[in-house]
Amino acid sequence: MAIHKVLGTETEYGISVRSARDFNPALASAQLVNSYPGKRVRVQWSYEEESPGRDARGFGHEGYGVSDPEGALVNAVLSNGARLYVDHAHPEYSGPECYDPLEAALYDKAGERVMHRAAMATTDLLQPGQRMSLYKNNSDGKGNSYGAHENFLLSRETPFGDVIRFATTFLVTRQIFTGAGKVGAENGRPEVGFQITQRTDFFEEEVGLETTLKRPIVNTRDEPHGDPSKYRRLHVIIGDANLSEMQIFLKLGTTSLLLSALEDGALPDPLDLADPVESCWRVSHDLTLQRPLQMDGGGQATAVELQWRYHEWVKKYVEAELPDDAVARRVVDAWEMILTDLESDPARTADRLDWAAKHRILQGYVERDGLAWDNHKLKALDLQYHDVDPSRSLYQHLAGKGQMQRLFTDHDIETAETTPPERTRAYFRGTCVSKFPGSLVAANWDSLVFDVGEAHLKRVPMMEPLRGDRLRVGDLLDSVDDAAGLISALGGH
Amino acid sequence: MAEREQSRRSKETERPEVEEETASPRSEADDQKLDELLDEIDQVLEENAEEFVKNYIQKGGE
Repeated sequence: MAIHKVLGTETEYGISVRSARDFNPALASAQLVNSYPGKRVRVQWSYEEESPGRDARGFGHEGYGVSDPEGALVNAVLSNGARLYVDHAHPEYSGPECYDPLEAALYDKAGERVMHRAAMATTDLLQPGQRMSLYKNNSDGKGNSYGAHENFLLSRETPFGDVIRFATTFLVTRQIFTGAGKVGAENGRPEVGFQITQRTDFFEEEVGLETTLKRPIVNTRDEPHGDPSKYRRLHVIIGDANLSEMQIFLKLGTTSLLLSALEDGALPDPLDLADPVESCWRVSHDLTLQRPLQMDGGGQATAVELQWRYHEWVKKYVEAELPDDAVARRVVDAWEMILTDLESDPARTADRLDWAAKHRILQGYVERDGLAWDNHKLKALDLQYHDVDPSRSLYQHLAGKGQMQRLFTDHDIETAETTPPERTRAYFRGTCVSKFPGSLVAANWDSLVFDVGEAHLKRVPMMEPLRGDRLRVGDLLDSVDDAAGLISALGGH
Repeated sequence: MAEREQSRRSKETERPEVEEETASPRSEADDQKLDELLDEIDQVLEENAEEFVKNYIQKGGE
């Protein structure tokens, strides 16, 4: 049986300050992280356990690693277990480890609220007339892309070659329901008025370690953030940041079930494409969803047809192996509905998919105002769809009118901003932020370091993503008054 | 407004053809909902779209 798919998301936000002449994105991002008014602890992010240069295919990578000391200094851990920090020239929210895709979607949405509150607090510190704006998107439309990554826990026993073999075509074809939509093409791809995804134009390799150039469909970073003898972490970089709650759930839910089925040998055919990289942008550029892709060894199939194959296998897998998993069944049902609607008329998905919702608005402007697709107004609308400020965000406008399906209430999202998931180690991390903010000095995904006033700092390892949950440590955390008490209760060293 | 009336009229005259071709024609109610939505978005749209778009430059990330 596949190991439980602990999962989470990390999102780099676009950042700008209106009316600022000497805008420096790295400094602005640092200011944003420091201004966040919610519960959080500024920490040293300890990199000892991190290894972004280790390759899942088995080889290391010389000189690859943390190269941004400025960003590395600005780190906060939030009371919901997330990390808020500066990555290169962007503020990044890395959500806490979650137990299932529904929870992970909720904590991804909580990140938007974190960013919005931090941006408002920063704006208060700026010159009069200046305003910090943040965008949950992945491209500036001028050839620069920034990431929205998904992370899934895999067994170390799963051969990485199998992941490459069985996940590639899934990742290429899931774009029809993971895209956030974009005006125009970038990175030398053929011109197009509007396309399904923000990021696909930037993907140039099938497999690789890079994330900032020559981006690969399957990323091989081997950094498990857990016991490396037991776990892998699949770092999925080919996805868009989404605003639609249903879409985040679908993206994470289908991928996590696909990976479980893969680990349990329930995928009978890799469905190899003749050219995965070219298929990638061809899928994104085809709003009709009708154009077939060339399969390796001959034959053709559309992205929808290929997704139906995965759906069939995963549905059978869930019925056989996860019959009591209500969230898994919900994923399978929502997946079936989205494929049905995409197949009959993609416009029907405008209440669930960002790209279709955005296209509906932009197409409306094209028709009403007689605009060409390269008009600035359409690009401005595209950008504004992603604004984290609810009073400006076009997504929020649609949601407010009941034109986007919701999975969560505003109250759910507010709660997730300040309280951690209860079924993973994020519970321990987030609760320590709330209870012992003055003693927490360093953190990492798999450890916390406390200063309890003794000669040595005390490090608490958390190598098991499913331990440190409320069931195991809730009573203990409730019973101690300070970090010294916690260390002593945990065994004193 | 005159332009909008114009475009609505031309949409109406085209609609019967569209209905024959697709399984889910946009209904009049859908059209009206979209018209209302665009009117509302006009009110919140960033001023000076060209400047707004031009100034949005990001460094690459990840």
